[in-house]
Amino acid sequence: MNLPLALHDAAVRRGRRLVLDGAALEVRAGEVVGVVGANGSGKTTLLRAALGLVRLERGRASLCGREVARLSEAERARLAGYLPQDRHIGWNMSAWRVASLGAALAPPAQARRRAEAALARVGLGGLADRGVLQMSGGERARVLLARLLATEAPLLVADEPAAGLDPDAQLLALDLFREEAGRGAAVVLTLHDLALAARACDRLVVLAAGRVVAEGPAGQALTPEVLARAFGLVGRLELAPDGAMLAVRREGAPR
Amino acid sequence: MRPLVVNLALAAGVLAFAAAGLLLGETALSGAQYAQAFRDPASGPHVVLFEVRLPRTVAALVVGAALGLAGAVMQGLLRNPLADPGVLGVSGGAGLGAALAISLGLSAIPGAIEAAALAAALATGLLLTGLAARFREPETLILFGVALSAFLGALTSLVFNFSPSPVTLAEVFGWLLGSVANRDWVDIARQIPALAVGGALSLYAARGLVMLTLGEEAAALSGLPMTRLRAAAVAGASLLTGASVAMAGIVGFVGLAAPHLVRAGAGGDPGRVLLPSALAGAVLLAAADLAARLIPTDIELKLGVVTALFGAPLFALIAWRAARSWRG
Repeated sequence: MNLPLALHDAAVRRGRRLVLDGAALEVRAGEVVGVVGANGSGKTTLLRAALGLVRLERGRASLCGREVARLSEAERARLAGYLPQDRHIGWNMSAWRVASLGAALAPPAQARRRAEAALARVGLGGLADRGVLQMSGGERARVLLARLLATEAPLLVADEPAAGLDPDAQLLALDLFREEAGRGAAVVLTLHDLALAARACDRLVVLAAGRVVAEGPAGQALTPEVLARAFGLVGRLELAPDGAMLAVRREGAPR
Repeated sequence: MRPLVVNLALAAGVLAFAAAGLLLGETALSGAQYAQAFRDPASGPHVVLFEVRLPRTVAALVVGAALGLAGAVMQGLLRNPLADPGVLGVSGGAGLGAALAISLGLSAIPGAIEAAALAAALATGLLLTGLAARFREPETLILFGVALSAFLGALTSLVFNFSPSPVTLAEVFGWLLGSVANRDWVDIARQIPALAVGGALSLYAARGLVMLTLGEEAAALSGLPMTRLRAAAVAGASLLTGASVAMAGIVGFVGLAAPHLVRAGAGGDPGRVLLPSALAGAVLLAAADLAARLIPTDIELKLGVVTALFGAPLFALIAWRAARSWRG
């Protein structure tokens, strides 16, 4: 079976440090996978390695069964859409124009249609003509999310899609990723908020020091041992019908 | 369609300044002389208008357009509103080429200084194109450009240092200050190939510049051939800048200011800013050249001096007013 995303035994070096050291990630169609871990654990590098944006010292990365390093730029764009953590938009373009960059390979009229549909989905249908630098930070983040949706790619990769969004917009974003999985897309997210990750993802991959230390549905992946090892937290994750709660304190912190 | 209105207005400005450049000048002509100029190709007024003023005006328009376009390409490529055609060292390279040619006594050969300036600019551009293909982050390219500029500037100073005579020094210095005075049709024709290729590469790179608005990472997965588009942008801007310096010496501010002037009307899209930036650059430089001609001074003002003198305060004003719309 050709997985939309498969990364095996990946090692990535930055200077003398191994940022990834034998990490693996597989994402199936229709699945939302969350990558969690402390700052510097290698989450972003894991995504970038899977997409062929960093050189692998060891390991293999493939998209839909094809080795990522051998894909042309256009082929790779057809297989994967990527929302990087860098949310800086250099110039004041209109929201629809920014969103349409997700469909750069489509004819202009079609790209615009896809952009406007995506903007409507993120709740910015009425602001399509507004300049992005005249928007609030949260609105800009939603425009960039719309750009990702406009790719209509079979694999959507988003680095911290919830960062900078208010709680309502965070849930909207995660609902949209769930919808995308519903249409058959494979979705990978990095998330800092463990409760949000537990709620939104079918499966979590927990990273610590460039290695996967736990993997599975939130209840199985975020055990007290994993919380201690990967995050230095003492406590537990409680799953509830409407989400998840994290009852933790820092290791060594007074009760 | 606001960008269309902006382009049409600027095109009208280009025509107006072309006419003004033809009709106004240091030599005052009477109505009868103007009539003679258009009727009799052998007359003195005809020579003044069509062999002196017109090529000079066309040179100013062409150089201005090239600098405006190169500035817009550099700002888009580097995602930086402070970038200008010279920021990566291409102007510095051209200046060094010219200084070397002059001090080696090549000024007697027609076209030699221009050829040296263009060749040095191309060599610098080639080096930068290689660097741009290897390093994706604009900051890295800017740092290399700053280092390259400083080094080429030092080499030019070295040429000054070893300059055999004050006459040579004055010639180099005068050349570096920039001017389109006494340019003839041959001077313009010599730079046309470089300008045409540079312009074509810049337009080809436009969709890459638009994509770079979102940063290198998003652009890398956009499906566009970014390495090629980035190389085209650097090579195109280098050719335009090199040819401009070869034709008119070093003229500052036009390449920096033209894209800023048009963004208010044409919007921020780095692809749609290219054409109006070229038109605005042409208008700015034609206006500056007209000022250099008409301001009554004993020694004619150099073009580079005029653009800096008027351009710097004007640019400060634009920057002050635009500061709020650049950044959110």
